[in-house]
Amino acid sequence: MLKIFKYSVYDLLRSRWSYIYFGFYFVFTTSLLFLSGDVSKIVISLINVLLILCPLIATMFGVMYYYNSREFVELLLAQPIKRSSVFLGQYLGVACSLSVSLLLGIGVPFLIYGILVSSAIWNFFMLLVIGVTLSFIFSAIAFWIALRNENRIKGFGLAILAWLFFAIIYDGIFLLTMIVFNDYPLEQFALGASIFNPIDLSRILILLKLDISALMGYTGAIFKQFFGSNNGMIISFTVLTTWIFLPILAIRRLVSKKDF
Amino acid sequence: MISIKNLYKSFGKNEVLKGIDIDFNASGITAVLGPNGSGKTTLIKSVLGMVIPNRGEILVNGKSIKKHWEYRSQIDYLPQIARFPENLKVNDLITMIKDLRSQPSDEQTFITNFGLEPFLDKRLGTLSGGTKQKVNLLLAFMYDNPILILDEPTNGLDPVALIRLKDLVRAERAKGKTILMTTHIMSLVEELADEIVFLLEGKVYFRGKVQALLEAQGEANLERAIAKMLTGKEEIATLVPSNSFD
Repeated sequence: MLKIFKYSVYDLLRSRWSYIYFGFYFVFTTSLLFLSGDVSKIVISLINVLLILCPLIATMFGVMYYYNSREFVELLLAQPIKRSSVFLGQYLGVACSLSVSLLLGIGVPFLIYGILVSSAIWNFFMLLVIGVTLSFIFSAIAFWIALRNENRIKGFGLAILAWLFFAIIYDGIFLLTMIVFNDYPLEQFALGASIFNPIDLSRILILLKLDISALMGYTGAIFKQFFGSNNGMIISFTVLTTWIFLPILAIRRLVSKKDF
Repeated sequence: MISIKNLYKSFGKNEVLKGIDIDFNASGITAVLGPNGSGKTTLIKSVLGMVIPNRGEILVNGKSIKKHWEYRSQIDYLPQIARFPENLKVNDLITMIKDLRSQPSDEQTFITNFGLEPFLDKRLGTLSGGTKQKVNLLLAFMYDNPILILDEPTNGLDPVALIRLKDLVRAERAKGKTILMTTHIMSLVEELADEIVFLLEGKVYFRGKVQALLEAQGEANLERAIAKMLTGKEEIATLVPSNSFD
């Protein structure tokens, strides 16, 4: 698995798209730092971008990489290696190269700015952790969707739909339920519902860390009330890591039965 | 070497292999032939463990291949379509496969043989189809394992490379390897194959020497013999209903 991983990272780090992705974060972060000196505010602006962009790019990249290497995989599968190693290696390659672009694109401007001596270092750190986690989760989901669908257009469509669902539709449904069942106590429901969406969880996690209740929204407030800041963070982070492993397990299961 | 017992495979409702029983034991070249969709590639992919059969068993060197991957170190495979990661260089790809197999390999001979030196530092995405096929051949031939599987080896090759390929395959046969080859080019079969396996509708329809097929069909040329075998079958199938209209 490590060998496959090594070469997919090698391949991806030379791809134009990795540089474009890195460049976007670099320019965006630099200009934010240039325009405003308040690190906390910049972290909030960045988190709003990350929560949408990381999942989207990870989804697109994951699907694209799988379909692009579809024929090459046949050559790899004929080698004396385990099937699951081939796919997990490739998945880790995609997730890690995305994470590298993200870490460098956001990290370098902040380091130059002097984040290490700033008081906001842990907020900044949390921002990076969430970006990386979301990349891992959504590229795994994308790989799983692509593996399930040999038809590329259908695979692409479903992957985008999955992103749209978690990024936008889920919140819409959530809000609607809140309005419709306004008269009932919905705290527990809201708590439960946020666990099923990694993007919501990430939002809660960062807002608990930043401790800005005004921006926390309904679920965030309940989370804080229920668990307190620290427990809330531990719980949401644990659930978030489970979100990485679920699609990976699904990939492993699918791969062991699939025909190529 | 390879023995296939009662192999069934269907993709959804489409039954591709319907009970294949065959052994490839002797060293030499066996051409696996058949019309499009007759199950050639599925059969080969089942042997390589890429396609998981519904029923039946495949033994390589006497051991079942089910849920095993180590046996693949005994097999060199040339896939049908050569598509590689675009951003890797030819050299990187060779190192990668060597790294994965960790077996002694002889890539240098084949780099010279196919004239690939000028391309070693080029990215695979920039190579032409024929050059990619040469890289593909190199990856399959650089190892010295007892089983060699070639799926449409002539795709996109120029005449010079084609001649080299034929010489290579002959050289591998001389080493006593078991070689399986699928192709649609009958002249290649006539030149190289020791034996033919003809698949039709998911079953082994004919197996034997080229000469035996020619004699059985009373033709001097393999292409015609196979065409005759196929049309002969169709005539029998269509004769019965058309009689009722007469």
